[in-house]
Amino acid sequence: MNVIASYGVSLLGGALIGLSASLALLTHGRAAGISGLFGGLFLPGYDARSFRLAFVVGLVAAGLVLSVVYPAAFATGVRSLFVVGAAGLLVGFGTRLGGGCTSGHGVCGLSRLSGRSMVATATFMGTGMVTVFVVRHLLGGGR
Amino acid sequence: MKSTVAALAAGLLFGTGLGLSGMTQPLRVIAFLDVAGAWDPSLMFVMLGAIGVHFLLARSIRRRERPLLDTRFHLPSATRVDGALIAGAAVFGIGWGLGGFCPGPAIVSLGSGSLSAFVFVGAMALGMVIAQVVRIPKRASVEAEGGEGLSRVALSRE
Repeated sequence: MNVIASYGVSLLGGALIGLSASLALLTHGRAAGISGLFGGLFLPGYDARSFRLAFVVGLVAAGLVLSVVYPAAFATGVRSLFVVGAAGLLVGFGTRLGGGCTSGHGVCGLSRLSGRSMVATATFMGTGMVTVFVVRHLLGGGR
Repeated sequence: MKSTVAALAAGLLFGTGLGLSGMTQPLRVIAFLDVAGAWDPSLMFVMLGAIGVHFLLARSIRRRERPLLDTRFHLPSATRVDGALIAGAAVFGIGWGLGGFCPGPAIVSLGSGSLSAFVFVGAMALGMVIAQVVRIPKRASVEAEGGEGLSRVALSRE
């Protein structure tokens, strides 16, 4: 796929994400923040478990379908399972402490022009870039 | 029933969007974050598409009295930028840069049977439990801005 076409596909994928977030807001009145949706499945004190479960099942089902019709969506991992596990731990802890992830703060929050989400998005993009810089260019790990 | 179908449809749409967009490919995510290397800007277009569509639609949806299948909106009410927000986002970014996965794409990747995705999502759930335990004194500021967090304390409208 040439570069321009891949940008177009990314833009289309993004538009579907925006549509889905709008659908969740229109029908359930909720933000489609995935870390919160997922965490609320098993953490105490959250409501709307059936909404959360159905949404998460929809995510996994999309992955199942895509892995058949568009397997390139899942090019294999880059890191050892140990690093992936450590990354998962940090992502889980950070998203609950900071109240959102790329979808909740980055898409839903920014769309509502939320100041908290702007700060959060700038922060996680910043530390993500610094982390990649350290791992790739200082430690020479991964590609 | 209607409510479950709508949530399932939204999840399917979201997951398909993530898969098409490139977010489920950790290498591309890391290349997007690699501003000092061979930077891949394509994920900017994901944000552009998602925010562009949602910004326009959410404006008119939020003018409604209530959502179609619920009695009120459950959007976050917190406005204060505090240490937990910044520290949490910073830690999340480190994990994102390390593994190339954020929560949505990792969950979608479970459907592909990827072992990495299973390890990541399991560890992520553990990290969430730890965050919950560490922050026993729940404050309204924990209320997720976009991540909708403790929605029982959310106000109907901001």
